Amino acid sequence: MALGVGNRIWPALSLLAALMLAAAPVPGWFTAFRPEWVAVVLLFWSLVAPERFGMLTAVGMGLALDVLTGALLGQHALALLLVVYLCQRFQPRIRVIPLAQLTLMIVMLLALYEFVLFWVDGIADRTVPFVERWAPILSSTVVWLVALTVLDRWRRVAHARI
Amino acid sequence: MGIVFAVLAMACIALMVVDHRESHLERVRQVLSVAVHPIRVAVDLPFAAWQSASHSLTAQRELLEENERLRRDRLNANFQLQRLAALEMENARLRDLLDSPAAHDHRVLVAEILAVDLDPYRQRFNVNRGLANGVFVGQALLDANGVVGQVVDVGPFTAEAMAITDADHALPVRVNRNGLRTVALGTGDNNRLRLPYVTNSADIEVGDLLVSSGLGGVFPLGFPVAHVLEVRMRPGQSFAEVIAEPVSALDRDREVLLVWNAATETSAVDDASRVSELQ
Repeated sequence: MALGVGNRIWPALSLLAALMLAAAPVPGWFTAFRPEWVAVVLLFWSLVAPERFGMLTAVGMGLALDVLTGALLGQHALALLLVVYLCQRFQPRIRVIPLAQLTLMIVMLLALYEFVLFWVDGIADRTVPFVERWAPILSSTVVWLVALTVLDRWRRVAHARI
Repeated sequence: MGIVFAVLAMACIALMVVDHRESHLERVRQVLSVAVHPIRVAVDLPFAAWQSASHSLTAQRELLEENERLRRDRLNANFQLQRLAALEMENARLRDLLDSPAAHDHRVLVAEILAVDLDPYRQRFNVNRGLANGVFVGQALLDANGVVGQVVDVGPFTAEAMAITDADHALPVRVNRNGLRTVALGTGDNNRLRLPYVTNSADIEVGDLLVSSGLGGVFPLGFPVAHVLEVRMRPGQSFAEVIAEPVSALDRDREVLLVWNAATETSAVDDASRVSELQ
C-alpha cells in the first residue's frame, strides 16, 4: 500500500468525502452520534504524511466546515488546528508506541476537539446541550479504529521498507 | 512549528471575535460559501435524484388519485377564497374608517430546502436561494401551514435559515382568539415552542392558535405559528408555563416560501438590526 509518499489522490478524496459526510443528512436519533469525520481523517493523514498534511490543511478544512455548518468562522478551524498541532508533536513517536496507546491519545485529542467547540459555543452565547455534546467522541473512536487497521498495515509496510 | 501554530491560532481567534462582534465578514463568508457550494450540491444530489425518480416512476393510478385529491382541495380553497375576498374588502373599508394603514400584499418565492445537515444542536437549514434571488437577512420563511423561520445568513446561491424552534429564536406572537400579545421562544426541539412571558392570570387556553403579531417587523402579520399544547399555572411564580406545538411541518418540509412584504422591502436593513435585538 503506497499510502505515504507520492500519492495525492487518496488524501484529497478522503478529505472531500469527510466534508460531505459531515454535511450529509442522517436520521434524527443519529445526529448526536455523528462522528467527527473531518477530525478523524485529518488526524489520520497528519500521522501518515505529516510533511504534507499539517496545520494549514487543518485551518483550511476547518474554515470549510465552519461555512458548511454555519458555525462561527474559525471555530472548527481552531479546534482542528489545536489537535493536529498536538498530534504532529507526537508523530515521531508513533512508530514505537503500541496501537492501544495511540488510540488512547486519539480519543483524548477528539475529546479536546469537542471541548474547544463546546467552549467557543459557550463564550459566543450559543445554546447547546451539555450531555449530547460528547457523544461524537464515542462514534469517532469507532471510525478511528477502522482507520487504525489501515494505519497498522501501512506501518508494517513502512517498517519492512526500513 | 510552535510559532506557526501560535500565529494560526491567533488568526482563528481574531476571525471568531470579528465574526461574533460585527458582520464585517459577510464578504469572506460569501466567498467561502461559493467554494463549498459543490459539496452542498453533491450531498443534496442523491435526495434530489431520489425525489425526481419517485416522481417519474409514480403509477398512473396514484397520479389520478392525487389529481382528484388536489382538485377537491382546490375547490375547497376557492370556496374559502370567495369569502376571503369579501372579508378583505370589508377589512379595507373598516381600516379606511379607522384611518389605519392598509395591510400589504406579499410577494413570495418558492425555495427548496437542501438535504444538508448543519449543526445538530441548532435548528437550521440551507435553502437553494441566495443573493442572486434577492434574499436578505431577516427574511421570513413560511410553508403551506404557517411560519417556518427566518433567514440568518445569505450566500450568492444559498441562504441559511433559522427555524422558529431554534433555541436562539424568538418570535412575537398573538393569541388569535383574544389578541393577547407575547413572545414564543424556540426550545431546540423541532416540535415545541415555549411562551415564558405569559402571566398566571392571562387568558390563554389549550388549543389556542398563536399567530404572528407583526411586531418586530420580520414576520408578516397574522400567519399561523403554533397551537397551545399545555398551560401550567405556577402560583408561586409570576409567569405560567406554556408549551406550544408549531403548525408548520418543520421536520417534513422540502419546500418553503420566502416572503417579501412591502414594508420589509423598503427597510430590510432596519429589520436585520431588529432581528439581532430580538434574539
